[in-house]
Amino acid sequence: MLIRRRPELTYADVTPKGVYSNRRKFLRDLGIASAATALAGEGILSLASPSLTAYATSKLNFVKGPFSTDEKITPINDVTHYNNFYEFGAEKDAPSKNAQNFKTAPWTVSVEGDVKTPRKFSMDEMLKLAPLEERIYRHRCVERWSIVVPWIGYSLSAILKQFEPAPKAKYIAFQSYYDAGQMPHSKYTGIDYPYVEGLRMDEAMHPLTLLCVGMYGETLPNQDGAPVRIVVPWKYGYKSIKSIVKIKFQEKEPPTTWNNAAPNEYGFYSNVNPAVEHPRWSQATEHRLGELFSRKTLPFNGYGDQVASLYNGMDLKKFH
Amino acid sequence: MRKLLTSKWTKGAVFLVSSIPFVLLSWGLLRGDLGINPVETLQHTTGDWTLRFLIFTLAITPLRKTFKLPELIRYRRMLGLFAFFYVVLHFLTYLGPDQSFNFSGMWDDVAKRKFVTVGFAAFVLLIPLAATSTAGMIRRLGGKRWQALHRLIYICAMLGVIHYYWLVKSDVRKPLFYGALVGILLLWRVWDSYFRGKGTAPAPVKSGVSATV
Repeated sequence: MLIRRRPELTYADVTPKGVYSNRRKFLRDLGIASAATALAGEGILSLASPSLTAYATSKLNFVKGPFSTDEKITPINDVTHYNNFYEFGAEKDAPSKNAQNFKTAPWTVSVEGDVKTPRKFSMDEMLKLAPLEERIYRHRCVERWSIVVPWIGYSLSAILKQFEPAPKAKYIAFQSYYDAGQMPHSKYTGIDYPYVEGLRMDEAMHPLTLLCVGMYGETLPNQDGAPVRIVVPWKYGYKSIKSIVKIKFQEKEPPTTWNNAAPNEYGFYSNVNPAVEHPRWSQATEHRLGELFSRKTLPFNGYGDQVASLYNGMDLKKFH
Repeated sequence: MRKLLTSKWTKGAVFLVSSIPFVLLSWGLLRGDLGINPVETLQHTTGDWTLRFLIFTLAITPLRKTFKLPELIRYRRMLGLFAFFYVVLHFLTYLGPDQSFNFSGMWDDVAKRKFVTVGFAAFVLLIPLAATSTAGMIRRLGGKRWQALHRLIYICAMLGVIHYYWLVKSDVRKPLFYGALVGILLLWRVWDSYFRGKGTAPAPVKSGVSATV
């Protein structure tokens, strides 16, 4: 059963460890680590000093949700210190370093477009919209690494159902927050901002598609897309857009960031598919973090039973 | 300066310093401390150091001529062999953890994926250079032919940069940085041969000049 959050607590209260993480950063910056970086280059340093970067999160109340895998969960330290969040830099360890002071409160998500009554949600409203569930999903990056993450949130459909879309609305477009001042490292990453993504309506309404507000029992760390993101487990990781501020119902297929950057490499659908190669590498295998040898990649990332029917009759190579 | 450059201690020190990346990688591997994706750390670190040592090797001649320090030549073979050493490690981390020692998967990659094709080509082209790096081989080939063969390093360095450039997703700053260095070092050679004419002596390749690694 859902245990309701106490009403006097608001989302603004849930980042009290910020000071703590700053203290850690300060100590780290003082240490010989930085001197070593200057001398030896980050390649060597990453061997010599494991990251001490902390992340500020707070506990969430949730129930066990459906669709969870029983595979071994990737350690939280790996998920928080090895990921892509290009707004904070293109290196895998950049988000954990550069997102520490990202301001995620107050936060508003605007639901708009072809709907009868557009509406803005505060984070508190978002958190109370539906019971929070833990969903342990496989997550497969297009770069061939994969992780298993206990996300917390609810089906995106729970929020979409509250709107009366016009019949012509066939797609949902998402937009990430962007502020060049808070995200100076984004300049060099070679993609356009704000980051945008999109799903076909039936994909967005699918119960697997998660509106995600937490992981590992707590709110999302900044570097993993705080305070609210989308998780689409049968698609490559970049479809799971982080730190969203806009959800838009629309008629046309929305443009997506990586498709704009390299159309031949990243399609709109981006379903995990071992049979469709990336132009520069095979997608047949993946590297699960924590394992030495590669493992086979599964069609739809192993969620074929749930979602393959969405694409009946479609040429998945053409619509990759 | 010259005394320093001709000292065997300096040579030993350069050898030790050049081994540091390898020692740190091995130490990290033993301790299970190569970051969150150790295979990727191995691949990226060995790839980086291959390019760096190729650049160090290519820098010897321009530095030697510009600063009139012929003694620098003593270090060229060692630096080149370190480039080869790191590319072998780079290749093995690809063949092992990545391809699970599956050669058919490797050939598939080499044939289909152009960044693998050029990287693999650069690796293969470095093999004859490493194999003919001994004093005996230089004697057997003769200075001129040896010199011609070893100009392959220009192509290897260019292929290495292209390999890196094609590999990255969108942030191309690092490959461009390496590319600029290789470009400068190669353009210097064009400039050098054009303006100094044919009178310039080729790099000394006499067998006695450098000790073996």
